Amino acid sequence: MKIIIKNGLVVDPANNINEILDILVEDDKIVNVGKNLKNNAATIIDATNRVVIPGIVDMHVHLREPGREDKETVASGTNAALKGGVTSVLAMPNTNPPIDSRESIQILNKIIKNTAHANVFICGAITKQRQGKELSDISGLKQQGAIAISDDGNSVDNAQLFLEALKIAKRENILVICHCEDVSLSAKGVVNLGITSTRMGLRGISRESEYTRLSRDAELAQRAKTPIHIAHISCRESVEIIAAAKKRGINITCETAPHYFSLTEEAVWGYDTNFKVNPPLRSRDDVESIKQALKSDVIDAIASDHAPHTDNEKDIEFIRAEFGTIGLETTLAVCITELIHTGLLDWSTLIRKLCLNPSKILGIKKGTLSVGSDADIIVVSPNQEWLVDKNSFVSKSKNSMFLGKTLKGVVDYTILGGKISYQRPLERKNPNEVSCEPRARKTC
Amino acid sequence: MIEWTRKHLLSLEELTREEIELILDNTASFKEVLTREVKKVPALRGKTVVNLFYEPSTRTRVSFEIAAKRLSADVINIAAETSSARKGETLFDTGRNIEALKADIIVLRHSASGAAAMLSRHVNISVVNAGDGWHEHPTQALLDIFTLKEKFGRIEGLEVAIVGDIAHSRVARSNIWGLSKLKAKVIVCAPKSLIPAEIEQMGVSVVTDDIDVAIANADAINVLRMQFERDEADMFPEQLDYFKKYGITQERLEKAKKKIVVMHPGPINRGIEISSEVADGSQSVILDQVTNGIAVRMAVLFLVAQGAKKRR
Repeated sequence: MKIIIKNGLVVDPANNINEILDILVEDDKIVNVGKNLKNNAATIIDATNRVVIPGIVDMHVHLREPGREDKETVASGTNAALKGGVTSVLAMPNTNPPIDSRESIQILNKIIKNTAHANVFICGAITKQRQGKELSDISGLKQQGAIAISDDGNSVDNAQLFLEALKIAKRENILVICHCEDVSLSAKGVVNLGITSTRMGLRGISRESEYTRLSRDAELAQRAKTPIHIAHISCRESVEIIAAAKKRGINITCETAPHYFSLTEEAVWGYDTNFKVNPPLRSRDDVESIKQALKSDVIDAIASDHAPHTDNEKDIEFIRAEFGTIGLETTLAVCITELIHTGLLDWSTLIRKLCLNPSKILGIKKGTLSVGSDADIIVVSPNQEWLVDKNSFVSKSKNSMFLGKTLKGVVDYTILGGKISYQRPLERKNPNEVSCEPRARKTC
Repeated sequence: MIEWTRKHLLSLEELTREEIELILDNTASFKEVLTREVKKVPALRGKTVVNLFYEPSTRTRVSFEIAAKRLSADVINIAAETSSARKGETLFDTGRNIEALKADIIVLRHSASGAAAMLSRHVNISVVNAGDGWHEHPTQALLDIFTLKEKFGRIEGLEVAIVGDIAHSRVARSNIWGLSKLKAKVIVCAPKSLIPAEIEQMGVSVVTDDIDVAIANADAINVLRMQFERDEADMFPEQLDYFKKYGITQERLEKAKKKIVVMHPGPINRGIEISSEVADGSQSVILDQVTNGIAVRMAVLFLVAQGAKKRR
């Protein structure tokens, strides 16, 4: 199959490209990027007034399979991903069973092989059952294809054990991803500690619980000379610690999630549990700091922390509700709305955070539009507004923090491995020319 | 005079000064009813009020029950155990069932902060918050404020010290919102471990762990019950030590204003947060509070029923 994507603003920071160009795709690869490309056999996608970027690499996704197929499956999660322009995800290991052994990763590999609609990479667990007591079979996980390890949802409290894990990770050449939380400091909290916990009458999660563990992890990574990646940072102090660590030459990278730069703690004051996340939504000052860190490149990546939960687990008393928001279908639009339309970031910088940097951090060959690379490409209408509606989600779960919000930026096409895997419902004029209308119409 | 348009009473935080004053004015009218030979008016005749209590409570539940009966409403009391509710029906399903039984108002007491606000989004009938976790207890604060207004004729400019376990107190939070909206000066006083973070931002003027500083210039003290049985045991001082440092005694009051008024939301722990001498003394308005509680709850039930009609 051949596709030409014509006249779109091609943004490919890996090659310093940011101009109106055409892209020719043949089979599963990008074979040409340039002006006025022609190929009679190709399907034409008119990308005029649209942005053409690499498929998003979301390095923090909970697909819930195996074990919690009522929340999400590999199939439903990857379908949601395609709709959101995400072509590659890193699946976190807090499943049931957790991905902590050869046996469990083999189960997941099989599910992915049979049901995934997008590229799924696997993050294994650092410790057995993610309990922080005993290391999992890290080399076995690596051999079975895991590209990272993390006890996500938990930090490895035992510093000696964590140091041991770092040393093995270095030997095995596998990335360590840290969920930084000292539970003795977060102390059963459910919202940001401060005016929010005080006025809501709820236990607070302190900033210290995040950044003191981050400091420890960075120190240990330096000692073990092992690269680490910090998941979902949310506060000013974390930004400062990472900036300082980078300056000292520590091999550290980090991500934040869209909700940490688009919403403040005030969003949770009405006890809507969709705003209950861990780490919690923080203060205005923290949000400002996260934004500046995106601009200054202290924060390398944006990842959704897509955390699906059923209504039964969310639509209950605040203290009992699960932490987490879904994000695969809103990440790009939140980024465009909050970072591009506000002028905070340019397209190249955003695409580095969403596509190129996550690929580099994970060591996968994704996130670029280079000739010869995998044809994972998305075509986006950056000014198109849409209302985030519960019924519009492809994900099995609907627990989005952005419900009811109007966002800008819609994915028109997701091309995965050279195939049009998602197309925004619209009217097709003739079989060879697929044209996007400003407003989505009937499914073609 | 403004018009009451709310269907629910969930917190004092969400009310305007005018709305609080409207409740207080209505309270005064209903208090007059309580002095009559026949202490009953037909304001809620044909309406059903369900007291849905997930936490043990005698005072508040009985107060709401009497208030509803004085308004000629039918009253049903449901004492739900939080633990068994956990296993079975959710709070919201229970609420929807009560609605299907054609009740008009749910008076909710629940251990989870935010429970009343969340329930109000799941049912179409009125919800009155009778205490949600550590969050708010609006009718308690309204009756405290009404009692103060009776004593002083005003709230603006009064200095009110709230003393005790501020961190875990819904009474404190509602009082802070209510008093600061009515332009009283609010002082909170507690051992440092029981003062919640950034409480100044709620409109508190002074935060101190020194009781003598707190009451030096106060017109009133609101003494909170110390709940030493809580699971955050490490946050609490020894009981005797607490009484020594924070207990409200006659000796301490000697150093305060002569006309100082002592309040307590009850039930009181004699010899722990307050001495018997003070609790039973001339400065105590503790029993006035209980009586005023009925009038305040009559006003609230009446107003939310009116509000529901307008919202229909």
